[in-house]
Amino acid sequence: MSTLTTTERVFDVKDLNLWYGDNLALKSINFPIHYNEVTAIIGPSGCGKSTFIKTLNLMINMIPGVKMSGEINYRGKNILSDKVDLVELRKNVGMVFQKGNPFPQSIYDNVAYGPRIHGLKKKQELDEIIEKSLIDVALWDEVKDRLNAPAMGLSGGQQQRLCIARALTTKPEVLLMDEPTSALDPISTSKIEELIFELKEKYTIVIVTHNMQQASRVSDKTAFFLMGELIELDDTTKVFSQPYDQRTEDYISGRFG
Amino acid sequence: MVTRTFFDNNLKELKEKVLHMGDEAKKAVILSMESLVEQDSDKAQAVIAGDNKIDHMDEEINEQAILLIAKEAPVATDLRKIIAALRVSSEIERIADMAVNIAKSTLHIGGEKYIKEIIEIPKMLEISLEMLTDSLTSFYAEDAHLAKKCAQRDDEVDEMYGRLIKELMGYIPQKPTATNQITQLAFVCRYIERIGDHTTNIAENVIYLVTGKNYDLNA
Repeated sequence: MSTLTTTERVFDVKDLNLWYGDNLALKSINFPIHYNEVTAIIGPSGCGKSTFIKTLNLMINMIPGVKMSGEINYRGKNILSDKVDLVELRKNVGMVFQKGNPFPQSIYDNVAYGPRIHGLKKKQELDEIIEKSLIDVALWDEVKDRLNAPAMGLSGGQQQRLCIARALTTKPEVLLMDEPTSALDPISTSKIEELIFELKEKYTIVIVTHNMQQASRVSDKTAFFLMGELIELDDTTKVFSQPYDQRTEDYISGRFG
Repeated sequence: MVTRTFFDNNLKELKEKVLHMGDEAKKAVILSMESLVEQDSDKAQAVIAGDNKIDHMDEEINEQAILLIAKEAPVATDLRKIIAALRVSSEIERIADMAVNIAKSTLHIGGEKYIKEIIEIPKMLEISLEMLTDSLTSFYAEDAHLAKKCAQRDDEVDEMYGRLIKELMGYIPQKPTATNQITQLAFVCRYIERIGDHTTNIAENVIYLVTGKNYDLNA
């Protein structure tokens, strides 16, 4: 089915099943994720896309009653069976959510949070990391004069970029984004999308989105989930021009879902 | 569950407009051939005057297609339907131009008596028009098989074209005073051969629409 080439894989998910209690929510998912690529995950509500993305840094384990079988190989190590340092895993596999969720602290302290819990104390080093992260997300110019102001005072789009900056400070390898622009206006959305283009140079990005055009614009690969199954995973250009599966075509062309 | 009724209706309407435009072009070509055979300058003038209408239809199709792309953000097959409609309408527009060219040849020949009865040229046109009808049907039905079949007939047109040109050129030494008429008739053969080519292009676009692949049916 796939024209995917085998470049190096940061994640290699094999035959992953996931149950919420008795309910099988992910069915035998095989999903390679390649370094420095943007992979978009699309599908109707309840198809398992958010569930899937949360398995990649085991955030899913915070939900009671979740059971999994199969393999999630991260850099060659199966995080489902091998002993995993969750803090280390989540440091390497960062996550950004649908709506900006800054801590009720200053802009500075929000971004400094990650490095601090990982033991960084020196003010000068922290300053550097914070400036760099905020520059990376194109927020620096907007906030440099009010770093000590409360982060909650920022606009929605700024809050989201702040959260991305916060996720970047721990130098993750992979950035998971769960509908990062669904609560944003078009300008903020295009800023985040441009950011994704830039971040791709340094990070591997997996983005869940309901916005089909966003998927087609920002991603290299697109995956289509439906009722817990991975229906199609291929180059984005292929998926949006000649999808392999009729159900994918029906979904991307807005005929169901 | 169908959720894009409005869009689907618009796509269908676009297709119908292309089909309607194709019919008008076909009528123009037939009228131009009548003008040639009957040496009827009024019919020739009617073809020339009527071309505006077909050009206008082409513009309308373009505008509607662009609007649909802008408003509906079509992907995959939907997008190809619109792109194919755009391309097919411009092929039809060219076919209508060929009708104008034939009509102009009629006017150039004027009332001059033909060197022989015009029988073969309309036959050649008949094949081209059957091809055109089939290609438009295949466009409407999204039938790649019919598209391929109709394009295969272009070889018949090409073969006839070669034969007729040779025959016409053969008359020049015998009837040097009729050189203008003979040249115009050769041009007409060329225009009909071009209609076959444009029709083949329509068929190629149908295959593109259905399969997403570009296909060279002239090869």
